[in-house]
Amino acid sequence: MSRLELRHMRKAFGGLEVLADISLRVDAGEFVSILGPSGAGKSTLFQLLTGAEHGEGEMFFDGAPLDDHGRHFAFMPQRDALMPWRRILDNTTLGLEVQGVRRKAARTRVAPLFAEFGLTGFERHFPAQLSGGMRQRAALLRTVVQERDMLLLDEPFGALDALTRAAMQRWLEQMWRHHRWTALLITHDVREAVFLSDRIYVLSARPARVVREIKVPLPRPRHPSGAEARQASLLEAEILDILLNLQPSKGHDHD
Amino acid sequence: MVSSSFNPRQLAGFFAQAAPAVISIGLALVAWELYANYSGIKPTVLPAPSRVLEQALVNRDALLDNAIPTIRATLIGFACSLSAAFALSMLVDFFQPLRRALFPVFIVSQTLPLVAIAPLVVLWFGFGLTPKIMLVALVTFFPMLVALVQGYEATEVEIGQMLRAMGAGRWRVFILARLPSALPYFFAGLRISITYAVVGAIFAEYAGAAKGLGIYMLNAKNNFRPDLVLAAVGVSAALTLVLFGLTVLLQRLAMPWERAAGRQAAGKGPQA
Ligand SMILES: Nc1ncnc2c1ncn2[C@@H]1O[C@H](COP(=O)(O)OP(=O)(O)OP(=O)(O)O)[C@@H](O)[C@H]1O
Ligand SMILES: [Mg+2]
Repeated sequence: MSRLELRHMRKAFGGLEVLADISLRVDAGEFVSILGPSGAGKSTLFQLLTGAEHGEGEMFFDGAPLDDHGRHFAFMPQRDALMPWRRILDNTTLGLEVQGVRRKAARTRVAPLFAEFGLTGFERHFPAQLSGGMRQRAALLRTVVQERDMLLLDEPFGALDALTRAAMQRWLEQMWRHHRWTALLITHDVREAVFLSDRIYVLSARPARVVREIKVPLPRPRHPSGAEARQASLLEAEILDILLNLQPSKGHDHD
Repeated sequence: MVSSSFNPRQLAGFFAQAAPAVISIGLALVAWELYANYSGIKPTVLPAPSRVLEQALVNRDALLDNAIPTIRATLIGFACSLSAAFALSMLVDFFQPLRRALFPVFIVSQTLPLVAIAPLVVLWFGFGLTPKIMLVALVTFFPMLVALVQGYEATEVEIGQMLRAMGAGRWRVFILARLPSALPYFFAGLRISITYAVVGAIFAEYAGAAKGLGIYMLNAKNNFRPDLVLAAVGVSAALTLVLFGLTVLLQRLAMPWERAAGRQAAGKGPQA
């Protein structure tokens, strides 16, 4: 039984058809990516999962229909959504506070994670005082500390420069090996998807449908070197081909 | 770390910032002094600033005596309007249709000419504190309401989405995200309204009062004492400046993250 399963999800905003047909599944302890062109409807899919929007189709969590959205997912939105008025420590405890954990207990729960997330010494800083990479790590810390069944990560590294992004991808892969979160990641970045995922769903341009499901057979830990690196770049090239061949379909898109 | 006390460098910076304003005001005063003394104009028409200052000192007890009711009307009126604006802004935020029902009424209330309204309100409510409070509230209520409602709406969409995904209800979202997001708008509104508040109070007194800077100005004018009118104007300007300064100070205390962000922009923040 899959942890999360979507069957034929559809969603339109008014007359704008955004999701045409999305079926996918994520198994427990699996890292799955959704790769698709900008504006395809990837973030919209997360809105359906978190209950912010409603669509047609069926969603199952551990085999049961998904109804109480708040319970299963820890959601990291596309922008880091750190609150500028809260210090980093208080930003990371936000999810726990909403769950009703007392502030002091919440702090003792997040404190040991600061080292692992490379944020030691910045507990009392405001988000504006942090670099882009640190902000993303703080947002990720706020997400994982909620200890929900599954992580939903919407382009966590999209706003970072190439070097920082590469460093963050390595760091996240390492973190994931320790914690084995069940995770669904949205990204534009083919290399990121291949580097981090067990499986990848490639979406078409809007209205989005799943055009391909790709297994990533590379061993972990993922080392970008030697024969594996060649295998990875072959996979990346294949996916890029699929994505680029999707583009002409945009020509039929009247909007 | 963030400290709320001033250090000498900040003070020096403040004076450096204030210097152009001080110089231009100083030059205007000097020009006025020269013109009043040497153009042959009568002091009963245009008194020199030195004379205004001298008469202000001579009459300082009367000025102070009349400033206190004005300060009281300003502060009480402003506090009333602030509480009302806050309560209503929350209602409007939770029940959007209210906005369409109420805003046109408030917009009309803003277009009423104060000159016409002030005597009427005094006529209805007498020479006491009530009409002053009402007029101060009338001129400050709407700017504060708009500032707050706009501020709530400036909340980052992603923050709201994330909080709801965490399981927060509307009230939690309001307290955790919408209210703090509105703070910069609130203080911008506060800075504007506090200046309106003083003007509103003086207008109300002008229309009829036992005591106050407004009635003091009116009496001085009727006694052909423009020097005392100007002295009272000076007191009201000083009052406005002090209140304005207080709002700036309050904002600094209430929003320490803004200054933290400023220091980061100046390149003193951490690198990583
Ligand atoms: N609440 C909404 N109301 C109307 N249209 C919306 C809404 N949310 C999203 N859309 C539209 O749905 C389409 C898909 O948006 P979405 O944010 O899901 O794309 P995306 O794949 O996440 O893009 P990106 O990769 O750039 O983040 C866009 O055309 C957008 O304008
Ligand atoms: Mg998106």
